[in-house]
Amino acid sequence: MQLTNTQSATYNDGVIRQFSIMAVVWGVVGMLVGCVIAAQLVWPELNLGLPWTSFGRLRPLHTNAVIFAFGGCTLFATSYYVVQRTCQTSLFCGKLASFTFWGWQAVILAAAISLPLGFSQSKEYAELEWPIDILIAVVWVSYAVVFFGTIAKRKVKHIYVANWFFGAFILTVALLHIVNSAAIPVGYMKSYSAYAGVQDAMVQWWYGHNAVGFFLTAGFLGIMYYFVPKQANRPVYSYSLSIVHFWALIFTYMWAGPHHLHYTALPDWTQSLGMAFSLILLAPSWGGMINGMMTMSGAWHKLRSDPILRFMIVSLSFYGMSTFEGPMMAIKTVNSLSHYTDWTVGHVHSGALGWVGLVSMGALYYMVPRLFGQKQMHSMKAIELHFWLATVGIVLYIASLWISGVMEGLMWRAINTDGTLTYTFVESVKAKHPYYIIRLLGGLLYLSGMVIMLWNVIKTATSGKPAIASIPPVAAHA
Amino acid sequence: MSDFTNNFWPIFITTISLLGIFGCALLLWLTSKIKIVSANDDNTSGHVWDEDLREMNNPLPRWWVWMFILTIIFALFYLVAYPGLGTYAGKLGWTEVNQYEKEVAAANKALDPLYSKFEAMPIEELALNTEARAIGERLFMNNCSQCHGSDAKGSRGFPNLTDHDWLHGGSPEKIQETITGGRIGMMPPMAAAVGNAEDVKNVANYVLSLSGSMYDSGRAGLGKEKFVACAACHGPDGKGNQTIGAPNLTDNIWLHGAGEANIIKRINEGKINQMPAQAGRLTPAQIHVVAAYVWGMSNK
Repeated sequence: MQLTNTQSATYNDGVIRQFSIMAVVWGVVGMLVGCVIAAQLVWPELNLGLPWTSFGRLRPLHTNAVIFAFGGCTLFATSYYVVQRTCQTSLFCGKLASFTFWGWQAVILAAAISLPLGFSQSKEYAELEWPIDILIAVVWVSYAVVFFGTIAKRKVKHIYVANWFFGAFILTVALLHIVNSAAIPVGYMKSYSAYAGVQDAMVQWWYGHNAVGFFLTAGFLGIMYYFVPKQANRPVYSYSLSIVHFWALIFTYMWAGPHHLHYTALPDWTQSLGMAFSLILLAPSWGGMINGMMTMSGAWHKLRSDPILRFMIVSLSFYGMSTFEGPMMAIKTVNSLSHYTDWTVGHVHSGALGWVGLVSMGALYYMVPRLFGQKQMHSMKAIELHFWLATVGIVLYIASLWISGVMEGLMWRAINTDGTLTYTFVESVKAKHPYYIIRLLGGLLYLSGMVIMLWNVIKTATSGKPAIASIPPVAAHA
Repeated sequence: MSDFTNNFWPIFITTISLLGIFGCALLLWLTSKIKIVSANDDNTSGHVWDEDLREMNNPLPRWWVWMFILTIIFALFYLVAYPGLGTYAGKLGWTEVNQYEKEVAAANKALDPLYSKFEAMPIEELALNTEARAIGERLFMNNCSQCHGSDAKGSRGFPNLTDHDWLHGGSPEKIQETITGGRIGMMPPMAAAVGNAEDVKNVANYVLSLSGSMYDSGRAGLGKEKFVACAACHGPDGKGNQTIGAPNLTDNIWLHGAGEANIIKRINEGKINQMPAQAGRLTPAQIHVVAAYVWGMSNK
């Protein structure tokens, strides 16, 4: 095959290598901070009596690190990898792609410094102050230019389903971030939200729930739609299912935010709409799980020998489980028990550790050897070990928080015959102590798997060298 | 109060909500009708990406379609029964406020026989009643212990309820009044009235001398005449005044900290301290019972 333009004869994988390595590094850091704050809940002395190491400051550091540093780097890496290969063209504007890497690392660094120092907009998952918010917006718009520019110059006529999801994720996160972070600066690291009262709460949870729906779901469904069929070497189960669940998912998610504000000052009609659409959301969510799972038909035996595929399929199981649990918890009656308890924390982690974490690890284990010109990861046994540590860790984590969450919810509402509460608040805190120890244990198992992954990735990267992947010719009938 | 600023918004909300729900159903219906003809006879769409990525033409799983339809039907019924579409109130007439009010009214009604039995009894008698004391303790743990502590011994800024030092009076009636309406304790900054920094220090030492604490007798002597400014509230003998909540300075009990430095700070800065009213949270009968429990702790 003769190509006149040598520049576009190869994929631009340099930036993907950078993002992949950093995803693993930030994964270890973010999960370590998670274990520290889980330990603080067991032994409050670990706050050390210092403002910088107190739970209130380290908790946003943990969430930002795992969602935006680990999850974000994984999404950048995989979307750049997938969009090039499914469009069979190199990245649009490689320099801008490189800027998104350095810009995103700067955001993460700024978060890691400013959050422990106490700078916060006090909006959950959107804590970072306005100068950092502006940097995020600039990086994100650049990301959109690179991604959609690459789509525009694709050599394949049809746009692959994974790219629909990545595209929806990139566009929506830009919208969510800019609207929710709108604020009036009153100092170089201090601002006030552009919204007031219950409107502010509603904007925040419109953002918050869609951060889950688009950052942690649509983006990772994009990952699933490329890496599951690739690793299983099977075609995607159903094209029409892809269409329905894609449009229904991105439409319905937008309405679900009010279920975070049941029984609050939010108007009744808003709460009802939020609950109704949250229930409708069940089927679109499961559409993705079914499409992934059924892609395995005819290849189930591969699960026995392929730990990477196992990461992906177990991840889909957790996705199905938490997207069933979510609509149930959005029902007002259930929510009145679950709200403000550990059940919510457990639910989030079955999605975060189970779905987002495992599918990311599976995708990274697929990409890393290919990016460094290796046949497979340095140690397949280590992947196997990682899989079991992670799975057992998740089960311990979510089972303990189910028990402690339901228990504290029931304790809070238990009433004596004289109308007084059966338990004081501190009694419910005390009763959770053993479950917090089990949760910490689960978190430590999950973290240790991630440390093994870091070792494995470093070994693979250092024993290989950056691979140059040439773009294959476009199939004639495509 | 209406949630909407004008008539446009409820119509807008209703329209896009219903369009959204029916849109989901329409999407489902249209997609289930699509028949894709396989180009290669292998049940795939014929598209290939990245050398081997294909997708099959399998139909939507039936059970999944039914699940989708059921959730849509449920949502429609729910929005008929409950408020959700603009200003429409829903067939059941439910609001979160009336749910709360109904639950509270039902609970109060159920509890009425129990508490009305106690309401007729005087507090002194109630304090000796085992059943009333047990209920009073639970009410205290639910509503008072957050500030006054589980042992009712208080902490800095939060009065000890087990001693005999009462800011606003320790009679059953006064305790009941305090719980019902709350209290605001207010001491203005007094430095200007007392004099210069030396005078403040001297007065502080005089105050310390009243309770037999460690003090500088020279300074206390000089501070005595300046104490006139304080006497207006705390009394010429420093024993305080319960009608205005002025603390007794002679009993060596210091709500906001003991010692010279703390007293100087109080004289310079004053202090505002508030106990919130409980009338909205507890019924008069419940306040009666908890007042008896509190009174009983220092009148055993």
